Amino acid sequence: MSFPEISFYVFAFLTLLSGFLVIANPFSSNPVTSAMFLVLTMISLAALFALLNAFFLAAVQVLVYAGAVMVLFLFVIMLLDLKAEERRKIRKFAILGGLVSVGALVFILLRSLRDSPLEAQPSPTLKGGTMELGALLFREYLLPFEIVSVLLLVAMVGVVLLSKKELK
Amino acid sequence: MSVGLEHYLVVSALLFAVGLLGVILRRNLLVIYMSLELMLNAGNLALVAFSRFTGSLDGQVLVFFVITVAAAEVSVGLALIVALYRRRQTAHVEDLTLMKL
Repeated sequence: MSFPEISFYVFAFLTLLSGFLVIANPFSSNPVTSAMFLVLTMISLAALFALLNAFFLAAVQVLVYAGAVMVLFLFVIMLLDLKAEERRKIRKFAILGGLVSVGALVFILLRSLRDSPLEAQPSPTLKGGTMELGALLFREYLLPFEIVSVLLLVAMVGVVLLSKKELK
Repeated sequence: MSVGLEHYLVVSALLFAVGLLGVILRRNLLVIYMSLELMLNAGNLALVAFSRFTGSLDGQVLVFFVITVAAAEVSVGLALIVALYRRRQTAHVEDLTLMKL
């Protein structure tokens, strides 16, 4: 096996393992632990993006998700007093229902993956660097880009309004 | 066997399933929110893999937009959770039964 293949398997395993530890950690149900494993998931996903030649997106994934979003999560976790949450147990019925429904979903997804014809070879010329992505973004996707910037402004105003002391 | 598109799609499907399982199992609003992020990222991985194997950068631009919208969504959602916590002193979905008859 070549180096990219080995690193694919390593990072895919790391992504799924830490993703699973986010939702069901046998050692602690502390939200801070979940957040830390979510950071690990994001970083290994960024490595998978880099393996797929999406270098800009790998950098953005680390900066935005592992950096900004997770800091926001940690701030909120520490702002709220969640000590009482740790003692709660997951109910048996929820485990059963969750496993059955998610198992059905996985079955459908893998079955449809198996039965559909897929591209075998990766495109050799594709490079998702900053230059290529930027050219595409500012030429063909200029209007969505501007709309997204307005959306970010709206979100910022909304957050300021929601975080005010008295919510009317 | 070399790593192909289906490998990435399987990883993406499994990661989505893990996120969905988290939304169903966990009762803490913040952990549910993290599971939603996992599901969004599973979709992103599928999009980047499609982009790589079809030779078009459009998928990566779409992922860029998804990441942006997810960041906005996270900020608004966490502000909502903080506002809710101020009112009710809980971040637990089973305590939020105002709509229940």
